[in-house]
Amino acid sequence: MKVPPLLAHVLVLVVAATAAAFASAADLTNSSNKDSTAVPDGQRARELVHLVRQDCGSCHGLTLAGGLGPALTPDALADKPAEGLVATVVGGRPGTPMPPFRGIVSEREAEWIVEQLMRGFPADGGPALAGGAN
Amino acid sequence: MSDQKVRLAPPLVWGILLPVIILLLSACATQPPVAALRGTGDLGVVIERADGRVQIVETSGRSVLAKVEGLGDLSHASVVFSRDGRYAFVFGRDGGLSKVDLLTATIVGRVMQAGNAIGGAISQDGRMVVAQNYAPGGIKAFDADTLELLADVAAEYGTEGKRSKVVGLADLPGNRFAYALFDADEIRVTDLSDPKHPVTQRFPAGRQPYDALVTPDGRHYIAGLFGEDGLAMLDLWQPEQGVRKILAGYGKGAEPLPVFKMPHLRGWAVAGGRAYLPAIGRHEVLVVDTRTWQEVARIPVKSQPVFVMARPDGREVWVNFAFPENGWVQVIDTLTQKVVDTLQPGRAILHMEFAPKGEMVWLSARDDNRVVVYDTATRKPVAGFDSASPSGIFFTSRAARTGF
Repeated sequence: MKVPPLLAHVLVLVVAATAAAFASAADLTNSSNKDSTAVPDGQRARELVHLVRQDCGSCHGLTLAGGLGPALTPDALADKPAEGLVATVVGGRPGTPMPPFRGIVSEREAEWIVEQLMRGFPADGGPALAGGAN
Repeated sequence: MSDQKVRLAPPLVWGILLPVIILLLSACATQPPVAALRGTGDLGVVIERADGRVQIVETSGRSVLAKVEGLGDLSHASVVFSRDGRYAFVFGRDGGLSKVDLLTATIVGRVMQAGNAIGGAISQDGRMVVAQNYAPGGIKAFDADTLELLADVAAEYGTEGKRSKVVGLADLPGNRFAYALFDADEIRVTDLSDPKHPVTQRFPAGRQPYDALVTPDGRHYIAGLFGEDGLAMLDLWQPEQGVRKILAGYGKGAEPLPVFKMPHLRGWAVAGGRAYLPAIGRHEVLVVDTRTWQEVARIPVKSQPVFVMARPDGREVWVNFAFPENGWVQVIDTLTQKVVDTLQPGRAILHMEFAPKGEMVWLSARDDNRVVVYDTATRKPVAGFDSASPSGIFFTSRAARTGF
């Protein structure tokens, strides 16, 4: 079958344009895909990751490299026992600004969060899809 | 032309042409528009916190003019403006200080000035921008034109050379700057009128100051205290009198609620001779008379306030709230000291910014990826636009205000 030359050139141009569009869109999306090996189900895990990145992030930094609160990166946590960290998440740390998250995350979810922190926390996939955390 | 096969150009030619086409088309998509001659009084920036990017906006047509990328970690980013309103100085969490030209939508200067930073201020004469840093704790002054380092004032305390996290930096008349030391329970005032020889005064403030404000006249510096019930107030016209506790014991010994987000005092709310302040760990806005500094009211609100901001005319005070109640906004009438409206502008309302004369307020709805614009007379949304995880919104009208 024969393809008219003009059409062939248009096709190449369209492919190039699409590639360009993806290239400029990539900046927006490439930060949001990473594995979320979920013990909490997918939707809840997504909520928890968003909570840690955004709301814990207001004191610990979006990158968890620290702020008013200490860094929560794997390096920073390496020598800390996981149980103590879970207790801090659930019960807070009196005398410091670290509040207890009891009632917001369960004990099991706190353990999951600590595991993820110690391994290198997943990127934020955004807020819960439907309903709302409000 | 032969009719058996289409002849495309040789692969080598395409190999050169295709990348060029892609490059050119990408460039079209990201190139800032060529700016027509315009003023800067209605410009502003919206922080897209997760993407290291700001949107340059204008409040007359309520539109996004351009985007500027490459600003680093913008969690808790804040912005001050050059006095001509053309340049935004963006302070990133990662210690990046970027100077953005709002007219050309380009970064015209950038320095990494600390490991962990929390905001900044600009001097009275506009020649110096000052960053406040958590690590290493202290303040640093930079030439507003060149971003050259002019002064580095460590927030040292105690006898072992420890450095405190710095909070609540505010510009004062006379190229002085007030700030508070979270770890050292102090307020400090540094005179940078001769940046080569900074002179610092120290004042004991109370436990764990977390943020502070200066009143619009530059006279009173007020630091909120995390570690005790009350706020620390320093009269900068009479600093020799030292820090005075105000609203001491506002919690009346009751156990404070867990604080999921520290309140912000910077967007001060001084209206009609009264200051409106967020009560930390309580569902209350505290009202204090700015002549006597006595409590005159406490207003029950939906949850723990984060920003308590007066509309520029002072007729209303708008309040947003800490996680997990951060989808609400309440409006306080400053004559009756009562909540007169409760709004749900979107999910995770992080910040509010009033137009210079207050006819509208812009709100960032982080979890909706939207900025929404409310008419303050009807308290109804009148506009909005997409914004990726927006946090702070800053208009150039700040350039002319002390403490912004």
